Order: sequence, then structure tokens, then C-alpha cells
Amino acid sequence: MKPAPFKYVAPRSLEEAAAVLQQSNLDGKILAGGQSLLPLLNLRLAKPKVLVDVNGISDLDTIRETPESISIGAITRQSKVEHSSLVHERCPVLAEAIRHIGHIAIRHRGTIGGSLVHADPAAELPALALALDAKFELTAKGMGRIVPAEKFFIDYMTTALASDEILLQIVFPVIRPSSGYALEKIARRHGDFAIAGVVAIVDLDHAGKIAQARIALFGVAPTPVRARGAERALVGRKPDDEVFRDAAALLEEVLDPSEDIRASRAYRKHVAAILTARALKRAVQLCETRRIS
Amino acid sequence: MTSKCSIEIAVNEKHYEGLVEPRTSLADFLRDQLGLTGTHLGCEQGVCGSCTVLFNGETVRSCLLLAVQANGGRILTVEGLAAKANAGEPLHLIQQGFIETVGFQCGFCTPGFLMTAYELLNENSSPSEDDIRERMSGNLCRCTGYQNIVAAVLWAAARLRAQANR
Repeated sequence: MKPAPFKYVAPRSLEEAAAVLQQSNLDGKILAGGQSLLPLLNLRLAKPKVLVDVNGISDLDTIRETPESISIGAITRQSKVEHSSLVHERCPVLAEAIRHIGHIAIRHRGTIGGSLVHADPAAELPALALALDAKFELTAKGMGRIVPAEKFFIDYMTTALASDEILLQIVFPVIRPSSGYALEKIARRHGDFAIAGVVAIVDLDHAGKIAQARIALFGVAPTPVRARGAERALVGRKPDDEVFRDAAALLEEVLDPSEDIRASRAYRKHVAAILTARALKRAVQLCETRRIS
Repeated sequence: MTSKCSIEIAVNEKHYEGLVEPRTSLADFLRDQLGLTGTHLGCEQGVCGSCTVLFNGETVRSCLLLAVQANGGRILTVEGLAAKANAGEPLHLIQQGFIETVGFQCGFCTPGFLMTAYELLNENSSPSEDDIRERMSGNLCRCTGYQNIVAAVLWAAARLRAQANR
């Protein structure tokens, strides 16, 4: 199918974009990479009156570092972040997550901000943002605000971003050199949206016990979810397979998967637990390797 | 309210100007307005990869890029690939590879596979079978079972390397 007609505006500045968005009376939509929005337009699942193309606003195409974080401009292409040496050095789990998004032609156009704002519950980046406690910097005409990841993903494909707001950048806290991380995902084919998936980030203390664990799952609820109960249960434990399985058994409280042609509810819950135990194991192994080197 | 936009793009190193409705995809512009029907539209939602072209040197889904967004850009389509063939040859070595190994049957998906293979071989002249499968995983073929597509890319890679060393 082809999209319904719309007016196309390509502002050159943020101020202009914010003004156009406000004038469109809640019927405007931001166009970044278009890899999620254009399928929705082609299928006529979305029929915005005005499309505000922000690809020409270079202020939104940035990768910057501070001592504690990496800030990525909303329209930065996924393939650019995937290959950024800064990202590989300071937040390697981000590059790993991006490699799971679609295919190379999709990542050439797809943006970091676009994937996060689209907020498909089976997508990698929203879960990663949640696991890392990333922060979202938003702006509307005349004012800005910062929303933590935990408050950003509200419901199925619904975020805290208001219809007159623009996502400026996402601040990802860095992965400490001593931390371990892993992303596990199951899908019918590489690059497909996940049937279920998980991001785990682990820190060990000097005695080799778990000091901190962060676990976020995707594809298993209307939004990405943090497994706080499992995280707490891991702290202070000496990591082994049994500990990982015990933690994974605590996922039940956050799992609320849908049932569709790809998988049943029960199957999604089952694999979520297995993937979580697997991700924890791999994250701990990486922790140990990084500590030796 | 949806007034047409004028665009200028270079397609296969040839300059074109046109008036497009904002909702026109690059794929529809290439096919309907420029008559370059080598680019095929399969799913129109970014899944099948048949419409893959190079935009400013990178593969993109031309069904997920508006023609107006390609304004000022450079496009390479399958027609332009043939134009890069060796002197005296009608087809590029990658295209010849698909013929030699029977890498296509109905041919609908082939232009997308060719453009994806072209990008891969520009980046990596000696891809392994795994590299090829990984890169081609974003293109769907319902006829071949993929074995001969992988063989076609290996065939082309070997000949392109031999040519470069000559």
C-alpha cells in the first residue's frame, strides 16, 4: 500500500521544527530514519497530516562523551553508533545491541532516537536504555525536560514524549571497565524482532560475589521491563548456574507476554527465563575476563 | 495541502529533476517517474529487501525512503550496476555470478540481492560463506533456498579478486 497524503516539512533548526510541530495541532509526526514510521504509513496504520523531517538538523547527529556517560543525538544512524570507537570503548553493550537490529540496510537509515521513540516492546534499544538507566532529553517550543528511562516507556508503543515534543538526545551511562554485560535474544531469523530477549549487566566485588546486577527484558510485556526482584536476589551471591536459575525463576512478576503467530505466552515466559540465566552467565564470565586483563 | 516538491537526484551517475508528491517513495519515483523498473517492490514495509538500492554509497530500502528525502543524493540501482560491467561485457561480474551458479529462479528478489552483494564486495573482497549469509539475511528469496545465491557471491568475489590482481 501507499501512504495517505501528508504535508512534508524539512526544518533546518530545532526551533523551527518545534514550531512546525506545535502548529500542526497534534497531527504532526517527526520523521527521522523512517525505518519504523514508513512501514506504518505504507500500511496506513498511521496517517499524520504533517511530517516533520528532522534529518537536516545536524545538532541531533552527535556522539559525545562525559566521564560518566555517552550522549547520542536522536538522529544518529544506528550503523554509525555500531561502528563508533567511542561507543565500543565506553558502552560496548550498545554496539552489541545494535547488531541485533534488522539488517545493515535498515541500520544505515534507522536512528537511535527513532527506535527508542517507536518503543516496540520487542526491540533491543528500549530494553538497553532501561537496563542502563539512560536519560531522555526532550524539548518542546520554549522548554525542555529530562525523563529517566524508567518513566519513558509507558505502554505498548507509547512513551512519555508528548506530540509537540522532540527527542534531542539520549544519555547512556557508560559500562565500567570492570563490568560484564550480555544480550541474549531468540527470534525466527537473525534481525527479526525478538520473540523474547534480555540485557544483563553485572558487577562483581573483590571476593567475586555479585555486587550489582541489572536485568531488562524485551518481547515479554507491553513495554520493556526491569527484573528488580531477580536483580536484588543476585546481590551478595557467589555466581553459579544455580544462582542464575534461581534469579530467573523470579521473573514471573514482570512477565506479561502476548501470544501471536510466532510464539505462545507460555513459550515466551519459558525462554525468557532460560535467556536470562544464559545472559547472566555470559555477563559474569566477561566480568571475570575483563578483571584479569 | 500536499503540494508537490521538486527534487534533483543523481541516479546511476545521470542527473534527474522531478516533481513528486511527498508521499512518493524513492522506489516508486525510480519505477514510475524514471522508468527504472529494475528496482522491485515486494513488501513495501522494509522486510523483503527486493527494493534495495545504494543511497550515497550505502544500501537502503527504497520503499522506506521518501523520494523527497533523497533530494540532492546519489542513487545506484541495478541498471547502474550493469553499467559498471567490464568493457565488452553486458553484465557486472556479480550479475554473471548469479547466472553461472543459477542464483535466481523467478528473479523478483534478484536486484536487491545484487545491490546488497555489491556493497558487501566493496567492503570485503574475500567474504566467507558466513559473512555472505549474514549480509544477505536481510533479503528474502522464495525460490532458491539461498545455496546458489551464496555460491554466486563467492563466484563473483573470486573473479573480482583475480581481476584486481591482474
